[in-house]
Amino acid sequence: MKPTNIQDPEYFHKVVDCQYACPAHTPVPEYIRLIAAGRYTEAYMVNWESNVFPGILGRTCDRPCEPACRRGRIEEEPVAICRLKRVAADNKEEVRHLMPSIPERKNGKKVALIGGGPASLTVARDLAPLGYEIHLYDEWDKGGGMMRTQIPAFRLPESVLDEEVDYILDLGIHTHFNTYVESMKSILEQDYDAIFVGTGAPRGRDLDLPGREKAGTNIHIGIEWLASVAFGHTSKIGKKVIVLGGGNTAMDCCRTSRRLGGDEVKVIVRSPFKDMKASPWEIEDAQREDIPILNNMPPKEFVVKNGKLKGVVFGKVAAIYGEDGKRRLIPTGEPDVFIEADDVIIAIGQDNAFPWVERDLGIKFGKWDLPVVDKTTFQSTLDRVFFGGDAAFGPENVITAVAHGHQAAISIDLFCRGESVYNRPAPYTNLVSQKMGIHEWSYDSPVVADKRYLVPHAEKQVALSNRTVEVELGFDQPTGFKEAQRCLNCDVQTVFNTSRCIECDACMDICPTSCITFTANGEEEDLRARLLAPANNTSQDLYVSENLPTGRVMVKDEDVCLHCGLCAERCPTAAWDMQKYLYQVTKATPIWNISEQSTI
Amino acid sequence: MTYIKPKFRHPELPKNKIGFAKADYEGAISTLCGGCGHDSISGAIVQACYELSIEPHRLAKLSGIGCSSKTPTYFLSNSHGFNAVHGRMPSIATGASMANRNLIYLGVSGDGDSASIGMGQFVHAIRRNVNMVYIVMNNGCYGLTKGQNSATADIGSLSKGGAENHYPAIDLVGLALELGATFVGRSFSGDKTQLVPLIKAAMSHPGFALLDVVSPCVTFNNKPESTKSYDYVRAHLEATATIDFVPEKEEITVNYPEGKSAHVELHDGSVIHLHKLAPNWNPTDRFSAVNRLLEAKMKGEVLTGLLYIDPKSQDMHELENTVDQPLNTLREEELCPGSEALEKINASFR
Repeated sequence: MKPTNIQDPEYFHKVVDCQYACPAHTPVPEYIRLIAAGRYTEAYMVNWESNVFPGILGRTCDRPCEPACRRGRIEEEPVAICRLKRVAADNKEEVRHLMPSIPERKNGKKVALIGGGPASLTVARDLAPLGYEIHLYDEWDKGGGMMRTQIPAFRLPESVLDEEVDYILDLGIHTHFNTYVESMKSILEQDYDAIFVGTGAPRGRDLDLPGREKAGTNIHIGIEWLASVAFGHTSKIGKKVIVLGGGNTAMDCCRTSRRLGGDEVKVIVRSPFKDMKASPWEIEDAQREDIPILNNMPPKEFVVKNGKLKGVVFGKVAAIYGEDGKRRLIPTGEPDVFIEADDVIIAIGQDNAFPWVERDLGIKFGKWDLPVVDKTTFQSTLDRVFFGGDAAFGPENVITAVAHGHQAAISIDLFCRGESVYNRPAPYTNLVSQKMGIHEWSYDSPVVADKRYLVPHAEKQVALSNRTVEVELGFDQPTGFKEAQRCLNCDVQTVFNTSRCIECDACMDICPTSCITFTANGEEEDLRARLLAPANNTSQDLYVSENLPTGRVMVKDEDVCLHCGLCAERCPTAAWDMQKYLYQVTKATPIWNISEQSTI
Repeated sequence: MTYIKPKFRHPELPKNKIGFAKADYEGAISTLCGGCGHDSISGAIVQACYELSIEPHRLAKLSGIGCSSKTPTYFLSNSHGFNAVHGRMPSIATGASMANRNLIYLGVSGDGDSASIGMGQFVHAIRRNVNMVYIVMNNGCYGLTKGQNSATADIGSLSKGGAENHYPAIDLVGLALELGATFVGRSFSGDKTQLVPLIKAAMSHPGFALLDVVSPCVTFNNKPESTKSYDYVRAHLEATATIDFVPEKEEITVNYPEGKSAHVELHDGSVIHLHKLAPNWNPTDRFSAVNRLLEAKMKGEVLTGLLYIDPKSQDMHELENTVDQPLNTLREEELCPGSEALEKINASFR
């Protein structure tokens, strides 16, 4: 293999698994260390700079970082990154004075944001400090988009949502609430220099089965029903409720039903339990509220008698996996099952919908009626119109929408300044030694053996009696500290200097997880098999040095490195050094300086 | 300050024949200087015991005093251990071996512990052919007392302060060959591919197996002008042969070219395969080994590898015709067979 190019900003970025997996690339270890140091305000700001909604995401994020966490590969459970983010948000002090100020003199450019969700709000935050005049349109009477309409209050208290939405709206954003934009043409006719569309995926899928029309008002579309509950238009549901679908929306629907009078709420999915799309923790939370999940049962018919919904008939299937790996649901031949219901909620997915965008404006639409959008610049085929969030490429999640927003803001700024939108800024990177003494590092290098700590929950009876009572209570400060200590500090990199190495093997002998091998070079596949411990996780890189004097190379499998620093401590010539790598996605404008606030 | 070794190990660490991972042969975290050759030798011992699938309780590690003699703490935590008085480890090993011949004895010593204060003990353990592996971690200096030259430091070698050594070195390997040792090898701490099979072969040898391992002292004796430094040894390394140790009843999978290879079969059926690099040398011929050693010395080479092995070695127990079982397992009726047996013995003298 060729020597690893550690000058490539993505090499060490990839080693910080959590940050790499995060669509917004939030510097996770950095804020976890700040939490451990009790500096919650700074920890909050590291998040706010990157993901804009720390309090919201600390409760509701899809957490792509956690399955990626290295801790999950060396013991059972990853660090509770999401819940630590909430610790920062819950314990922070006043932060408004740390946020960017808005120039009195504007730059003369106007930007319209259609939709008031996370993508649009991110664009607003990134552009407002540059002096843009920003107009935000939303059909509801408050900002937040799907974070307000689709996430129930028992998972995300309204006060937390309002606080973080207001941080942005208070940056001098001109809001046009209760305004449904019916025509893109009318927006284009106004004097906006750029238009950002962040209207999400607002159309919940329906289920066209026999009886659907007759059952009428007792059948609800998941996301529409959740929105109606959020705005107080719906406050009751029947005693027996069936929720169809296995995603996070289905989990929110069944748990909300339990709080609005549903005593016997069932989730019924057509495929196997293990194929459910909902996050495991959301499934657990639903089960904890006595909601059974029945699987392998596709609905066949809504049974209506005397104009009233009586229940649903389900077939029975088994999942068969073909040689091509594709799943087929084959009827088992068992008799159909009738399940009684007063109400049925359909939560089987959602789609984009752009009935308000005229098709003769130069904005091209492609597959699934999605706009044709550049994956890097988020620009549509009409150069001053940009898309982001679910509106761009279909339903994802909040943190992805935020990541889109940052990139779209950069494009809009470049576009308004007359520069090429492809002229994108490089990420900010910094690599600094953490050596303090022979056996001393500026970071807390010993690896604690603690298992993941559990988040306390509100008492079930209290939680089920009121839909606004938050279920998860968050870590208290001492538990937050202990959980923070489980972080392996993967951003403190093991950096190898070939010219200093005397090949004494000290690092190879001491490494607790047998990551380091000195051996003859070879092709990657061959090398992976020859290391001290097999390097079977090909998603993790091998760090290969230049040739050493004996003709061998140093090969480090990044997979289960604990970042404990023992290799560097045992190295007599400092050929190994522990160096902190900060990787920060460049925003349209500097928001907050992370390096100045770092604990190390 | 982090002198704490995390308890996590690689989750896919392979297991040996008896179900142990390499981690099961580890010891406490080393307190020697980072980069010390001794730690590499400890690593090689761990690797060899893991590969030989030795049950840790079947091994006893013995040592004297010095940096080298501290190392048994840093490997094989689950084995027996005895830390003897300076230079007196061979006596303890001899006694232990007499009492319980079933254990594998691994003696660890240094150049001071063996070539100075313990020389008298060292030579007699060789003479008696005690069934043990005797590893000398040889760094040519007294590292624990800040690096004075030891008795194995070569003439002309420079110490850390730049002082030249004026006394000739005691060559433990030459001495052992002269004394009739039945297994003699030399290696380098920085060459595990050679050291690990050598340790494995030594452990399978019935009798005294000396391994003189050049082990640089990174703190006090690692100037390029020191003959025990990483740089010097690497530049002057000369191996007798590449070694492959095949334990008993294992299939031989490597093809060895005819002519240049030699096989030495051990008493338990294990085989040492040597792919010879040195001409005019035969591993079972003491004379050729001595010659080859002297030749290398004249050229300023550090000759490593297996130098000599006597496949017909008879250890102390065979020479003394001792009982087959450990003394502590002998019961009263065996130790005190009664007056009838005494009568028979007495009769044999009449």
